[in-house]
Amino acid sequence: MKHRELTGIVPAARNPLMESSCHGIWRASRIGLVAIAATTLLLGGCVSINAPDKPIVIELNISITQDVAVRLEQDAEKTIDAHKDVF
Amino acid sequence: MAVKISSPKYGMKTMAAGLAVALLVSASAAMAQRDPAYASARAMGDVGERMDGYLGVVGPVTPELKKLVADINIKRKQVYFEQAQAQQVTAEQYAFSAGCRAIDRTVPGEKYQAPDGSWQTRTTAPALKHPNCL
Repeated sequence: MKHRELTGIVPAARNPLMESSCHGIWRASRIGLVAIAATTLLLGGCVSINAPDKPIVIELNISITQDVAVRLEQDAEKTIDAHKDVF
Repeated sequence: MAVKISSPKYGMKTMAAGLAVALLVSASAAMAQRDPAYASARAMGDVGERMDGYLGVVGPVTPELKKLVADINIKRKQVYFEQAQAQQVTAEQYAFSAGCRAIDRTVPGEKYQAPDGSWQTRTTAPALKHPNCL
């Protein structure tokens, strides 16, 4: 009598955390995957775009500046020679 | 006879041409040299080469020096604008590069502006130039 009463009264678990059903695990892992993917996109994506961008731009500016400086100073030398009265 | 008659004619033409050439040469020679007042002001260190490609008064500003420097700088500015247009850069950029060269070409005793803005007297050692100069 006592044994039958115990098994009959205990209700099924309703707390999702306590549920160890297949669906629960699937949902939790999917949320985790989405979160990881989003984080990777947000953080990983930004870093990988920004990091190579900056050095390239800086190097380009330096090379152009040097290139222009060489051309201008060579031209300026001729200009000074051609206008000796004002230099 | 015919040669003797025509020769003075040619002689006149040659002389006229020679005169024209001489005038042109003397004009270009004058253009290629510094005005004596400018030359002495440079040698005295009254004027110096600025970093921006223009001439500056080093010591106390007198009306004479002010006019001398202004006259030179107006001519320089015109040259800079023409050359900058040809090089497709701003007049300031061109003037700066010309300033680098002008400072480099100062001779010992002449004044030039150092990167810190101070006036320096050129020695036999290389001039102190702005890092953006070559």
